[in-house]
Amino acid sequence: MKAAAFLGCNVSIRRFEYEAAARAVAKKLDIEFVDSNDFGCCGYGAGPIDHDTYLAMAARNICVAEDMGVDLMMVFCSACSGNLTKVNKLLQENEEERKHINELLKSVGREFKGTVKIKHFTRFLAEDIGLERLKKEIVHPLEGVRIASHYGCHYIKPPEIFDHFEDPIHPHSMDDLVAVAGATPVNYPNKRQCCAGAIIAVSEDTSVKIVTEKLENLEKTGVDALAVHCPFCHVMYDEYQKHESVKLEKPIPVLFLPQILGLAMGCDPKKELGIKKKVAKKLLGGSE
Amino acid sequence: MSASEDSKGVANTGPFDFDKLDKDFKFEISREPGGENIMYCFACGTCAGICPVGDKNEDFDPRRLIRLAILGFREEVLSSPAIWLCSTCYSCTVRCPQDVKITALMAAIQTISSRDGYAHDSYRMFIDMAMKHKFILEVSEFENSKRAKLGCPEITADPAETVKLIEHTKALDIIKRKPKSEGAKK
Ligand code: SF4
Ligand code: SF4
Repeated sequence: MKAAAFLGCNVSIRRFEYEAAARAVAKKLDIEFVDSNDFGCCGYGAGPIDHDTYLAMAARNICVAEDMGVDLMMVFCSACSGNLTKVNKLLQENEEERKHINELLKSVGREFKGTVKIKHFTRFLAEDIGLERLKKEIVHPLEGVRIASHYGCHYIKPPEIFDHFEDPIHPHSMDDLVAVAGATPVNYPNKRQCCAGAIIAVSEDTSVKIVTEKLENLEKTGVDALAVHCPFCHVMYDEYQKHESVKLEKPIPVLFLPQILGLAMGCDPKKELGIKKKVAKKLLGGSE
Repeated sequence: MSASEDSKGVANTGPFDFDKLDKDFKFEISREPGGENIMYCFACGTCAGICPVGDKNEDFDPRRLIRLAILGFREEVLSSPAIWLCSTCYSCTVRCPQDVKITALMAAIQTISSRDGYAHDSYRMFIDMAMKHKFILEVSEFENSKRAKLGCPEITADPAETVKLIEHTKALDIIKRKPKSEGAKK
Protein backbone atom coordinates (compact mmCIF):
# COMPACT_ATOMS: atom_id res chain seq x y z
CA MET A 1 0.00 0.00 0.00
CA LYS A 2 1.51 3.28 -1.16
CA ALA A 3 0.35 6.83 -0.46
CA ALA A 4 1.71 10.34 -0.89
CA ALA A 5 2.22 11.86 2.56
CA PHE A 6 0.83 15.39 2.62
CA LEU A 7 2.01 17.02 5.84
CA GLY A 8 1.07 20.68 5.50
CA CYS A 9 2.47 23.50 7.63
CA ASN A 10 1.56 22.61 11.18
CA VAL A 11 2.36 18.90 11.14
CA SER A 12 5.72 19.29 9.43
CA ILE A 13 6.94 22.34 11.33
CA ARG A 14 5.20 22.42 14.70
CA ARG A 15 3.87 18.94 15.48
CA PHE A 16 6.14 16.45 13.80
CA GLU A 17 5.80 14.03 16.71
CA TYR A 18 2.42 13.34 15.09
CA GLU A 19 4.12 12.67 11.77
CA ALA A 20 6.77 10.47 13.41
CA ALA A 21 4.11 8.40 15.18
CA ALA A 22 2.08 8.07 11.98
CA ARG A 23 5.21 6.87 10.17
CA ALA A 24 5.93 4.34 12.91
CA VAL A 25 2.37 2.99 12.85
CA ALA A 26 2.34 2.93 9.03
CA LYS A 27 5.53 0.86 9.03
CA LYS A 28 3.87 -1.78 11.20
CA LEU A 29 0.99 -1.93 8.74
CA ASP A 30 3.10 -2.01 5.55
CA ILE A 31 1.85 1.36 4.40
CA GLU A 32 4.52 3.13 2.38
CA PHE A 33 4.54 6.94 2.58
CA VAL A 34 6.04 8.74 -0.38
CA ASP A 35 7.34 12.22 0.46
CA SER A 36 7.76 15.27 -1.71
CA ASN A 37 9.22 18.68 -1.03
CA ASP A 38 6.94 20.10 -3.71
CA PHE A 39 4.01 20.11 -1.30
CA GLY A 40 3.24 23.41 0.42
CA CYS A 41 0.46 24.98 2.42
CA CYS A 42 -2.97 23.52 1.62
CA GLY A 43 -4.41 26.98 0.96
CA TYR A 44 -6.84 27.05 3.91
CA GLY A 45 -6.31 30.71 4.75
CA ALA A 46 -6.64 31.98 1.19
CA GLY A 47 -10.40 31.34 1.06
CA PRO A 48 -11.47 34.53 2.81
CA ILE A 49 -9.19 36.57 0.51
CA ASP A 50 -9.92 35.10 -2.90
CA HIS A 51 -11.73 31.93 -3.91
CA ASP A 52 -9.56 31.28 -6.98
CA THR A 53 -6.34 31.58 -4.98
CA TYR A 54 -7.72 29.14 -2.45
CA LEU A 55 -8.73 26.61 -5.13
CA ALA A 56 -5.45 26.98 -6.98
CA MET A 57 -3.28 26.54 -3.87
CA ALA A 58 -5.15 23.40 -2.85
CA ALA A 59 -5.23 22.05 -6.41
CA ARG A 60 -1.50 22.57 -6.85
CA ASN A 61 -0.85 20.20 -3.94
CA ILE A 62 -3.25 17.63 -5.36
CA CYS A 63 -1.41 17.89 -8.69
CA VAL A 64 1.88 17.18 -6.90
CA ALA A 65 0.37 13.94 -5.57
CA GLU A 66 -1.05 13.09 -9.01
CA ASP A 67 2.35 13.71 -10.58
CA MET A 68 3.92 11.30 -8.06
CA GLY A 69 1.86 8.53 -9.64
CA VAL A 70 0.01 7.45 -6.50
CA ASP A 71 -3.73 6.82 -6.10
CA LEU A 72 -3.94 8.02 -2.54
CA MET A 73 -2.96 11.23 -0.77
CA MET A 74 -2.73 10.74 2.98
CA VAL A 75 -3.41 13.79 5.12
CA PHE A 76 -2.81 14.15 8.86
CA CYS A 77 -4.10 17.62 9.67
CA SER A 78 -7.90 17.76 9.73
CA ALA A 79 -8.01 21.30 8.34
CA CYS A 80 -5.81 20.31 5.38
CA SER A 81 -7.84 17.14 4.92
CA GLY A 82 -11.17 18.97 4.82
CA ASN A 83 -9.78 21.60 2.54
CA LEU A 84 -8.07 19.33 0.03
CA THR A 85 -10.96 16.85 -0.02
CA LYS A 86 -13.43 19.65 -0.73
CA VAL A 87 -11.39 21.11 -3.59
CA ASN A 88 -10.63 17.67 -5.03
CA LYS A 89 -14.32 16.84 -5.16
CA LEU A 90 -15.29 20.21 -6.60
CA LEU A 91 -12.72 20.05 -9.38
CA GLN A 92 -13.50 16.43 -10.15
CA GLU A 93 -17.19 17.16 -10.53
CA ASN A 94 -17.29 20.65 -11.98
CA GLU A 95 -15.75 20.82 -15.42
CA GLU A 96 -16.05 24.56 -15.79
CA GLU A 97 -14.25 25.21 -12.52
CA ARG A 98 -11.62 22.61 -13.38
CA LYS A 99 -10.86 24.32 -16.69
CA HIS A 100 -10.66 27.68 -14.98
CA ILE A 101 -8.25 26.50 -12.25
CA ASN A 102 -6.20 24.55 -14.78
CA GLU A 103 -5.62 27.82 -16.61
CA LEU A 104 -4.03 29.18 -13.43
CA LEU A 105 -2.10 25.97 -12.80
CA LYS A 106 -0.58 26.18 -16.29
CA SER A 107 1.57 29.02 -14.98
CA VAL A 108 3.43 26.50 -12.81
CA GLY A 109 3.30 23.65 -15.29
CA ARG A 110 0.66 21.62 -13.46
CA GLU A 111 -2.70 20.21 -14.49
CA PHE A 112 -5.43 18.89 -12.23
CA LYS A 113 -6.58 15.51 -13.53
CA GLY A 114 -8.66 14.24 -10.62
CA THR A 115 -6.96 10.88 -10.25
CA VAL A 116 -6.21 10.74 -6.52
CA LYS A 117 -8.34 9.93 -3.51
CA ILE A 118 -7.66 11.98 -0.38
CA LYS A 119 -8.00 10.52 3.09
CA HIS A 120 -7.27 11.56 6.63
CA PHE A 121 -4.98 9.00 8.29
CA THR A 122 -7.57 8.16 10.97
CA ARG A 123 -10.22 7.48 8.34
CA PHE A 124 -7.77 5.32 6.43
CA LEU A 125 -6.95 3.27 9.52
CA ALA A 126 -10.60 2.77 10.43
CA GLU A 127 -11.91 2.22 6.90
CA ASP A 128 -9.15 0.65 4.84
CA ILE A 129 -6.88 -1.08 7.35
CA GLY A 130 -9.73 -2.05 9.64
CA LEU A 131 -9.94 -2.81 13.32
CA GLU A 132 -9.25 -6.55 12.93
CA ARG A 133 -5.95 -6.00 11.17
CA LEU A 134 -4.94 -3.32 13.69
CA LYS A 135 -5.69 -5.62 16.61
CA LYS A 136 -3.07 -8.05 15.35
CA GLU A 137 -0.34 -5.46 15.92
CA ILE A 138 -1.21 -4.67 19.52
CA VAL A 139 1.45 -5.96 21.90
CA HIS A 140 0.98 -3.62 24.89
CA PRO A 141 -2.77 -3.07 25.30
CA LEU A 142 -3.30 0.11 27.33
CA GLU A 143 -5.53 -1.63 29.82
CA GLY A 144 -7.43 0.53 32.24
CA VAL A 145 -6.30 3.78 30.61
CA ARG A 146 -9.19 6.19 30.15
CA ILE A 147 -8.90 8.10 26.89
CA ALA A 148 -11.32 10.71 25.58
CA SER A 149 -11.36 11.59 21.88
CA HIS A 150 -11.67 14.99 20.27
CA TYR A 151 -12.91 14.46 16.71
CA GLY A 152 -12.75 18.09 15.69
CA CYS A 153 -14.72 19.54 12.82
CA HIS A 154 -12.93 19.19 9.51
CA TYR A 155 -12.36 15.47 9.92
CA ILE A 156 -16.00 14.61 9.21
CA LYS A 157 -17.79 17.81 8.22
CA PRO A 158 -19.39 18.68 5.90
CA PRO A 159 -20.23 14.96 5.56
CA GLU A 160 -21.00 15.06 1.82
CA ILE A 161 -17.37 15.78 0.91
CA PHE A 162 -16.26 12.73 2.90
CA ASP A 163 -18.68 10.33 1.19
CA HIS A 164 -20.69 10.29 4.47
CA PHE A 165 -18.19 7.78 5.87
CA GLU A 166 -19.20 8.69 9.38
CA ASP A 167 -22.20 10.29 11.06
CA PRO A 168 -21.03 13.79 12.07
CA ILE A 169 -23.37 13.87 15.06
CA HIS A 170 -22.44 10.43 16.41
CA PRO A 171 -18.90 9.75 15.24
CA HIS A 172 -17.10 6.68 16.59
CA SER A 173 -13.95 6.01 14.51
CA MET A 174 -11.55 7.54 17.04
CA ASP A 175 -13.15 5.75 19.98
CA ASP A 176 -12.97 2.50 18.03
CA LEU A 177 -9.25 3.00 17.50
CA VAL A 178 -8.71 3.92 21.15
CA ALA A 179 -10.46 0.67 22.04
CA VAL A 180 -8.24 -1.27 19.62
CA ALA A 181 -5.25 0.06 21.54
CA GLY A 182 -6.74 -1.63 24.59
CA ALA A 183 -7.66 1.62 26.33
CA THR A 184 -11.12 2.60 27.56
CA PRO A 185 -12.86 5.17 25.32
CA VAL A 186 -14.50 7.81 27.50
CA ASN A 187 -17.48 9.99 26.63
CA TYR A 188 -17.76 13.50 28.02
CA PRO A 189 -20.15 16.45 27.81
CA ASN A 190 -20.11 18.53 24.61
CA LYS A 191 -17.76 16.11 22.90
CA ARG A 192 -18.28 17.61 19.45
CA GLN A 193 -17.23 21.09 20.54
CA CYS A 194 -14.84 22.82 18.15
CA CYS A 195 -11.24 23.66 19.23
CA ALA A 196 -11.70 27.25 17.97
CA GLY A 197 -8.19 27.24 16.53
CA ALA A 198 -9.49 28.88 13.35
CA ILE A 199 -10.26 32.13 15.16
CA ILE A 200 -7.30 32.29 17.50
CA ALA A 201 -5.87 35.23 15.52
CA VAL A 202 -9.27 36.95 15.38
CA SER A 203 -10.39 36.65 18.99
CA GLU A 204 -8.05 34.79 21.29
CA ASP A 205 -10.37 35.53 24.17
CA THR A 206 -13.26 33.66 22.52
CA SER A 207 -11.05 30.72 21.57
CA VAL A 208 -9.72 30.41 25.10
CA LYS A 209 -13.24 30.39 26.55
CA ILE A 210 -14.23 27.57 24.19
CA VAL A 211 -11.07 25.57 24.94
CA THR A 212 -11.46 26.06 28.68
CA GLU A 213 -14.93 24.59 28.61
CA LYS A 214 -13.73 21.38 26.98
CA LEU A 215 -10.75 21.03 29.30
CA GLU A 216 -13.01 21.50 32.32
CA ASN A 217 -15.46 18.93 30.99
CA LEU A 218 -12.60 16.47 30.57
CA GLU A 219 -11.33 17.11 34.07
CA LYS A 220 -14.78 16.63 35.57
CA THR A 221 -15.21 13.39 33.62
CA GLY A 222 -11.82 12.10 34.73
CA VAL A 223 -9.58 11.09 31.84
CA ASP A 224 -5.96 9.94 31.61
CA ALA A 225 -5.44 11.52 28.20
CA LEU A 226 -7.14 13.29 25.32
CA ALA A 227 -6.70 11.87 21.83
CA VAL A 228 -6.59 14.29 18.89
CA HIS A 229 -5.70 13.91 15.22
CA CYS A 230 -5.12 17.47 14.08
CA PRO A 231 -2.14 19.71 14.92
CA PHE A 232 -4.39 22.76 15.38
CA CYS A 233 -6.55 20.99 17.93
CA HIS A 234 -3.37 19.78 19.65
CA VAL A 235 -2.02 23.30 19.99
CA MET A 236 -5.37 24.49 21.38
CA TYR A 237 -5.77 21.82 24.06
CA ASP A 238 -2.12 21.35 24.90
CA GLU A 239 -0.55 24.80 24.81
CA TYR A 240 -3.63 26.58 26.11
CA GLN A 241 -3.64 24.46 29.26
CA LYS A 242 -0.91 26.88 30.34
CA HIS A 243 -3.13 29.92 29.78
CA GLU A 244 -3.89 31.92 32.93
CA SER A 245 -7.64 31.47 32.63
CA VAL A 246 -7.41 27.67 32.48
CA LYS A 247 -7.25 26.24 35.94
CA LEU A 248 -6.84 22.48 35.95
CA GLU A 249 -5.93 20.45 39.04
CA LYS A 250 -3.33 18.63 37.00
CA PRO A 251 -2.41 18.72 33.33
CA ILE A 252 -4.28 16.50 30.87
CA PRO A 253 -1.85 14.84 28.43
CA VAL A 254 -2.92 15.50 24.84
CA LEU A 255 -1.76 12.81 22.45
CA PHE A 256 -2.12 12.19 18.76
CA LEU A 257 -4.09 9.07 17.96
CA PRO A 258 -1.11 7.40 16.20
CA GLN A 259 0.99 8.02 19.33
CA ILE A 260 -1.58 6.03 21.32
CA LEU A 261 -1.72 3.25 18.73
CA GLY A 262 2.07 3.28 18.44
CA LEU A 263 2.48 2.83 22.19
CA ALA A 264 0.17 -0.16 22.12
CA MET A 265 2.03 -1.52 19.09
CA GLY A 266 5.30 -1.49 20.99
CA CYS A 267 6.98 1.43 19.23
CA ASP A 268 9.71 3.30 21.11
CA PRO A 269 7.85 6.07 22.97
CA LYS A 270 10.61 8.66 22.81
CA LYS A 271 12.47 7.90 19.60
CA GLU A 272 9.59 6.87 17.38
CA LEU A 273 6.55 8.53 18.90
CA GLY A 274 7.90 11.68 20.53
CA ILE A 275 6.03 11.01 23.78
CA LYS A 276 7.42 12.34 27.06
CA LYS A 277 8.82 9.61 29.29
CA LYS A 278 6.49 10.37 32.18
CA VAL A 279 3.37 10.26 30.02
CA ALA A 280 4.43 7.06 28.27
CA LYS A 281 5.11 5.41 31.60
CA LYS A 282 1.70 6.39 32.91
CA LEU A 283 -0.12 5.03 29.87
CA LEU A 284 1.88 1.83 29.66
CA GLY A 285 1.77 1.32 33.42
CA GLY A 286 -1.14 -1.06 33.33
CA SER A 287 0.48 -3.49 30.93
CA GLU A 288 3.93 -3.66 32.43
CA MET B 1 -22.38 54.33 12.12
CA SER B 2 -19.22 52.30 12.34
CA ALA B 3 -19.35 48.75 13.55
CA SER B 4 -16.77 49.38 16.25
CA GLU B 5 -19.26 51.54 18.17
CA ASP B 6 -21.60 48.65 18.54
CA SER B 7 -21.63 46.06 21.29
CA LYS B 8 -23.29 43.42 19.15
CA GLY B 9 -20.59 43.10 16.54
CA VAL B 10 -22.61 44.62 13.75
CA ALA B 11 -23.63 48.26 13.72
CA ASN B 12 -26.90 48.75 15.52
CA THR B 13 -29.27 48.90 12.63
CA GLY B 14 -32.15 50.35 14.63
CA PRO B 15 -35.29 51.57 12.85
CA PHE B 16 -34.21 51.63 9.25
CA ASP B 17 -35.05 53.23 5.98
CA PHE B 18 -35.85 50.58 3.38
CA ASP B 19 -34.84 52.86 0.53
CA LYS B 20 -31.28 53.06 1.81
CA LEU B 21 -30.77 49.31 1.89
CA ASP B 22 -28.88 47.48 -0.82
CA LYS B 23 -31.49 45.07 -2.10
CA ASP B 24 -28.99 43.48 -4.45
CA PHE B 25 -26.68 42.36 -1.65
CA LYS B 26 -28.41 39.00 -1.26
CA PHE B 27 -27.97 38.36 -5.00
CA GLU B 28 -24.35 39.45 -4.81
CA ILE B 29 -23.81 36.89 -2.02
CA SER B 30 -25.68 34.15 -3.83
CA ARG B 31 -23.38 34.60 -6.84
CA GLU B 32 -20.32 34.10 -4.63
CA PRO B 33 -19.10 30.47 -4.20
CA GLY B 34 -20.62 29.21 -0.95
CA GLY B 35 -23.30 31.87 -0.77
CA GLU B 36 -25.72 30.20 -3.21
CA ASN B 37 -28.35 29.18 -0.65
CA ILE B 38 -28.62 32.37 1.42
CA MET B 39 -32.21 33.04 0.38
CA TYR B 40 -33.44 29.69 1.75
CA CYS B 41 -32.99 30.98 5.32
CA PHE B 42 -36.28 31.22 7.25
CA ALA B 43 -34.60 32.64 10.35
CA CYS B 44 -35.33 29.68 12.64
CA GLY B 45 -32.21 30.28 14.74
CA THR B 46 -30.94 26.72 14.80
CA CYS B 47 -27.51 27.99 13.72
CA ALA B 48 -27.40 30.62 16.44
CA GLY B 49 -28.43 28.05 19.04
CA ILE B 50 -25.72 25.53 18.18
CA CYS B 51 -22.89 27.98 17.42
CA PRO B 52 -19.98 27.50 19.85
CA VAL B 53 -18.68 30.99 19.12
CA GLY B 54 -22.01 32.70 19.69
CA ASP B 55 -22.24 30.77 22.94
CA LYS B 56 -19.12 32.50 24.25
CA ASN B 57 -19.12 35.79 22.37
CA GLU B 58 -22.31 37.78 22.00
CA ASP B 59 -20.86 39.75 19.09
CA PHE B 60 -21.40 36.73 16.90
CA ASP B 61 -24.83 35.56 15.82
CA PRO B 62 -25.01 33.79 12.44
CA ARG B 63 -28.79 34.17 12.11
CA ARG B 64 -28.57 37.90 12.69
CA LEU B 65 -25.78 38.28 10.14
CA ILE B 66 -27.78 36.35 7.55
CA ARG B 67 -30.91 38.36 8.29
CA LEU B 68 -29.05 41.66 7.93
CA ALA B 69 -27.46 40.46 4.71
CA ILE B 70 -30.82 39.46 3.21
CA LEU B 71 -32.35 42.79 4.23
CA GLY B 72 -29.53 44.58 2.46
CA PHE B 73 -27.33 46.02 5.19
CA ARG B 74 -24.37 45.60 2.88
CA GLU B 75 -21.88 48.05 4.35
CA GLU B 76 -22.76 47.19 7.96
CA VAL B 77 -22.21 43.49 7.35
CA LEU B 78 -19.07 43.78 5.24
CA SER B 79 -17.34 46.19 7.62
CA SER B 80 -18.31 44.26 10.73
CA PRO B 81 -15.48 42.59 12.67
CA ALA B 82 -18.06 39.94 13.66
CA ILE B 83 -18.02 38.25 10.26
CA TRP B 84 -14.47 37.06 10.98
CA LEU B 85 -15.51 35.19 14.13
CA CYS B 86 -16.86 32.03 12.50
CA SER B 87 -14.60 29.16 13.54
CA THR B 88 -15.75 27.04 10.55
CA CYS B 89 -16.98 24.22 12.79
CA TYR B 90 -19.89 23.22 10.49
CA SER B 91 -22.18 22.53 13.47
CA CYS B 92 -24.75 24.86 11.94
CA THR B 93 -24.29 23.49 8.44
CA VAL B 94 -25.14 19.92 9.44
CA ARG B 95 -28.25 21.05 11.32
CA CYS B 96 -29.75 23.87 9.28
CA PRO B 97 -33.24 22.72 8.19
CA GLN B 98 -33.02 24.87 5.06
CA ASP B 99 -29.60 23.74 3.81
CA VAL B 100 -28.26 27.28 3.89
CA LYS B 101 -24.68 25.95 4.18
CA ILE B 102 -23.87 28.68 6.68
CA THR B 103 -20.15 27.91 7.09
CA ALA B 104 -19.57 28.34 3.35
CA LEU B 105 -21.86 31.37 3.38
CA MET B 106 -19.74 33.04 6.09
CA ALA B 107 -16.66 32.45 3.92
CA ALA B 108 -18.48 33.98 0.93
CA ILE B 109 -19.29 37.09 2.97
CA GLN B 110 -15.65 37.29 4.11
CA THR B 111 -14.45 37.08 0.52
CA ILE B 112 -16.71 39.94 -0.58
CA SER B 113 -15.61 41.89 2.47
CA SER B 114 -11.95 41.36 1.52
CA ARG B 115 -12.61 42.63 -1.99
CA ASP B 116 -14.05 45.78 -0.43
CA GLY B 117 -10.84 46.28 1.54
CA TYR B 118 -11.93 44.88 4.90
CA ALA B 119 -9.85 41.67 4.91
CA HIS B 120 -8.88 40.59 8.40
CA ASP B 121 -5.15 41.15 8.95
CA SER B 122 -4.52 37.51 9.83
CA TYR B 123 -5.57 36.49 6.30
CA ARG B 124 -3.49 39.22 4.68
CA MET B 125 -0.60 37.78 6.68
CA PHE B 126 -1.45 34.29 5.49
CA ILE B 127 -0.85 35.35 1.88
CA ASP B 128 2.37 37.15 2.88
CA MET B 129 3.69 34.05 4.63
CA ALA B 130 2.77 31.76 1.74
CA MET B 131 4.64 34.12 -0.62
CA LYS B 132 7.72 34.08 1.61
CA HIS B 133 7.87 30.48 2.81
CA LYS B 134 5.16 28.52 0.91
CA PHE B 135 4.11 27.42 4.40
CA ILE B 136 2.47 29.64 6.98
CA LEU B 137 5.38 28.92 9.29
CA GLU B 138 9.09 29.23 8.68
CA VAL B 139 11.25 26.11 8.42
CA SER B 140 14.78 26.42 9.73
CA GLU B 141 17.73 24.20 10.57
CA PHE B 142 16.28 23.93 14.06
CA GLU B 143 13.06 22.23 12.96
CA ASN B 144 14.89 19.97 10.57
CA SER B 145 17.36 18.79 13.19
CA LYS B 146 14.49 18.03 15.58
CA ARG B 147 12.65 16.26 12.79
CA ALA B 148 15.71 14.16 12.03
CA LYS B 149 15.88 13.01 15.65
CA LEU B 150 12.40 11.54 15.24
CA GLY B 151 13.28 9.96 11.91
CA CYS B 152 11.36 12.47 9.80
CA PRO B 153 12.87 13.51 6.44
CA GLU B 154 14.26 16.97 5.83
CA ILE B 155 11.84 19.57 4.53
CA THR B 156 12.81 22.41 2.25
CA ALA B 157 10.68 25.45 1.64
CA ASP B 158 11.34 26.86 -1.82
CA PRO B 159 8.35 29.13 -2.39
CA ALA B 160 8.95 29.69 -6.14
CA GLU B 161 6.00 27.64 -7.45
CA THR B 162 3.59 28.98 -4.85
CA VAL B 163 4.72 32.54 -5.52
CA LYS B 164 4.22 32.17 -9.26
CA LEU B 165 0.77 30.71 -8.76
CA ILE B 166 -0.40 33.37 -6.32
CA GLU B 167 0.94 36.07 -8.66
CA HIS B 168 -1.47 34.79 -11.29
CA THR B 169 -4.47 35.34 -8.98
CA LYS B 170 -6.05 38.47 -7.54
CA ALA B 171 -4.85 37.80 -3.97
CA LEU B 172 -1.90 40.23 -4.01
CA ASP B 173 -4.13 43.04 -5.20
CA ILE B 174 -6.87 42.24 -2.69
CA ILE B 175 -4.59 42.17 0.37
CA LYS B 176 -3.39 45.67 -0.49
CA ARG B 177 -6.91 47.10 -0.57
CA LYS B 178 -8.19 49.41 2.16
CA PRO B 179 -11.81 50.26 2.86
CA LYS B 180 -13.14 53.23 0.92
CA SER B 181 -13.54 56.43 2.91
CA GLU B 182 -15.98 56.67 5.80
CA GLY B 183 -18.26 58.66 3.52
CA ALA B 184 -18.43 55.89 0.97
CA LYS B 185 -19.03 53.41 3.78
CA LYS B 186 -22.37 54.92 4.67
S1 SF4 C 1 -30.41 27.36 10.80
FE1 SF4 C 1 -30.58 27.79 8.58
S2 SF4 C 1 -32.70 28.46 8.27
FE2 SF4 C 1 -32.31 28.55 10.48
S3 SF4 C 1 -31.66 30.70 10.85
FE3 SF4 C 1 -29.79 29.51 10.53
S4 SF4 C 1 -29.39 29.67 8.32
FE4 SF4 C 1 -31.50 30.32 8.62
S1 SF4 D 1 -19.60 27.15 11.38
FE1 SF4 D 1 -19.36 29.25 12.14
S2 SF4 D 1 -21.45 30.06 12.28
FE2 SF4 D 1 -21.63 27.85 12.09
S3 SF4 D 1 -21.81 27.10 14.19
FE3 SF4 D 1 -19.62 27.00 13.62
S4 SF4 D 1 -18.72 28.96 14.30
FE4 SF4 D 1 -20.98 29.20 14.29
